[in-house]
Amino acid sequence: MSSTTELRRTPLYDRHAAAGAKLVPFAGWEMPVQYGGIREEHIAVRTRAGVFDVSHMGQVLTRGPQATAFLQRVLSNDVRRMPEGGAQYSVMCREDGGVLDDLFTYRLAECEYLTVTNASNHEKDLAWMQEHGREFDVDVLDRHADFAMLAVQGPSARALVQRLTEGSLPSRFHVCLRPVAGVPMLVCGTGYTGEDGVELLLDPEHAPSVWDAIVQAGASPAGLGARDTLRMEVCFHLYGNDLSEDRGPIEAGLGWCCREPTAFIGSEAVGRARGEGTAEKLVPFVVEGPGIARHGNPVIGGGEVTSGTLSPCLERGIGMAYVSTARAEPGTQIEIDVRGRVRPAKIEHKPLYKKGA
Amino acid sequence: MADASYPDDLKYHPEHDWARIDGDSATFGITWYAQDALGEVVFFDPPAVGTEVSKDQPYTEVESVKAVSDVIAPLSGEVTAVNDGLGDKPETINEDPYGEGWLVKVKLSDPSEVESLMDATEYEATLE
Repeated sequence: MSSTTELRRTPLYDRHAAAGAKLVPFAGWEMPVQYGGIREEHIAVRTRAGVFDVSHMGQVLTRGPQATAFLQRVLSNDVRRMPEGGAQYSVMCREDGGVLDDLFTYRLAECEYLTVTNASNHEKDLAWMQEHGREFDVDVLDRHADFAMLAVQGPSARALVQRLTEGSLPSRFHVCLRPVAGVPMLVCGTGYTGEDGVELLLDPEHAPSVWDAIVQAGASPAGLGARDTLRMEVCFHLYGNDLSEDRGPIEAGLGWCCREPTAFIGSEAVGRARGEGTAEKLVPFVVEGPGIARHGNPVIGGGEVTSGTLSPCLERGIGMAYVSTARAEPGTQIEIDVRGRVRPAKIEHKPLYKKGA
Repeated sequence: MADASYPDDLKYHPEHDWARIDGDSATFGITWYAQDALGEVVFFDPPAVGTEVSKDQPYTEVESVKAVSDVIAPLSGEVTAVNDGLGDKPETINEDPYGEGWLVKVKLSDPSEVESLMDATEYEATLE
């Protein structure tokens, strides 16, 4: 864990420290992994509302007459189908289809888009987008330093944020400019937990007062630990675990956000993988019996666990693994080598956690 | 979770383990500091009775939601009992790390190794 590089701190660092958070290095940032405990934060988000500081995530603004054409080239989804005020998930691929990042893009105006990057990929994404942006009449601008980002998630998250604002909140996969707790900001109907809620993009200077207002209104501070267990229960990908440049979107189960007719970079490779099939597939699994499979554990007979944890809702070891396509069907029994102990597991349908189940 | 404490009647290993010595036997566990650093323990898979453990070597694992950690043996010997109660309630390691949260009992192969361990004051001084 020792590093000579100084860790960056979000504008909410003091709030986290005062709340007794455990702060850990994550993608070059000093981030809260938990406050009281991962399980109680996880359950708070599933049953009420939690607030996450995700200011480590990056933002890239694309604007100019050819903004749509440019993003159509670098992003896998059909950007033209995103209305003004819309949001869309996509991957960014290399020519060979390897995934550079998975990202949400928000269309702020006809020729203006904001793309949210993973912290660990931000510099790489920015360089890639700026390089390919040269062929288009667009400006590709780093806006990481201009935004703090909060995620308010849970069944009561919207009602809670609604009490702090005037006017309606954006519906799912939409974005709008609204004042929340008196601070103008982008309110986005997106999240990473499988719960309803919003993500807020705002001036870092105002982040502490907005955080306080949201906590005051009843949201429990939740750390990256709960964010990870929540996203695993609903099988959302984590770049660096379930996605990498060595994996394509088809084997990762992200074919639904790839529209090859748009001729995005990597579309030929992705189309080939879709047509011919891939050797392996990413599948969700549940460990049967005791034990918790973790990232890096081998699947016996071929394959590897890319994400694993104890599910606070299912109270079982859960995760995702790449396995050969021949045995990727739900219901298939697999065995995982958990540090020398064989743990039986079963491949399941997505998501592993279903509301009310 | 209990408050930080390091009882005077225990011996401590720098890898945040404790041993309660009873003649040529000892009970092992992890310290308050270790359980706090780990967070909520959600799984403990004890070694089998009869397993040989070696001082300074890992002999079992405890897992939190987020991570798995090796547990280092503070002394050498043979496991004579394991805390089966932790199977259903691993969080006992957090709630009562020096009592109900004990991990194993060991028949010591070299009781003189105890001299290399720290007392509570020395151990606490290593924690800052």
